[in-house]
Amino acid sequence: MPITEYLLLSAFLFCTGVYGALARRNGVLVLMSIELMLNAVNINLVAFSARLSDVAGQVFALFVITIAAAEVGVGLAIILLIYRNRVGVNLDEIDLMKG
Amino acid sequence: MTSPVLASYAAQNVAFWIIAVTMAVAAIGVVTMKNIVHAALALVVVLAGVAAQYILLQAEFLGIVQVLIYIGAVIVLFLFGIMLTRAPMRKTGEFDNDQRILAALVALLIFGVLGYLLADQFGGDKIHFGQPTQTSTIADSIFRTYVVGFEVVSMLLLAALVGAIVLARRD
Repeated sequence: MPITEYLLLSAFLFCTGVYGALARRNGVLVLMSIELMLNAVNINLVAFSARLSDVAGQVFALFVITIAAAEVGVGLAIILLIYRNRVGVNLDEIDLMKG
Repeated sequence: MTSPVLASYAAQNVAFWIIAVTMAVAAIGVVTMKNIVHAALALVVVLAGVAAQYILLQAEFLGIVQVLIYIGAVIVLFLFGIMLTRAPMRKTGEFDNDQRILAALVALLIFGVLGYLLADQFGGDKIHFGQPTQTSTIADSIFRTYVVGFEVVSMLLLAALVGAIVLARRD
């Protein structure tokens, strides 16, 4: 099985995530796009783990999954707070720190 | 006449492409759909596809973890987030900002550069599958080689948990 197939799939997922993070204005949707990118990285880690017959890649993928879970928890809490204190969760309307 | 090894390689290839195309379509759905709940459901398809790819790569434990954590917990969290922020369901074009074309250009550029580099560097490199990874091997690796990282990650998870509660509670 050529490893490039996995790498290209993962690159595609990552770029879709980049597009989503840049083009969406709803905070929850941006977080979903970030999940896409993190999953793309995980596919790479596991593919190289299989290529090198080394389990370290899978351990790192586990760490990434854990950190992604923490990130979603904190991110959604922040979005909830923004929603409560301001009008909505549209990221281009949050310009409190704009100079 | 094909040998069983070749046949299994072919089956693996077919399965990979079916899952990969499904994932790609669903991923595009996640970033373009007009209905935010539909986008979350498309994300479920992508995450399930990732779990299937892990199983194809003989990482069964990671596949199960992926289903448990992502589809079981993260998606539910997202749906709660959608519900609690009362996202508008039907207004079209509401979710995209006006830099869509620029964003698409950036994404295409990154894909082109990454694809060229990866094909250049790893073209012809093949994965030779041996035995599936045993969960005990992963456990040994976590608790022997990467035990410091494991402890750091567990502290981070605890801090994130406490932080999320502090941020989200009403006082």
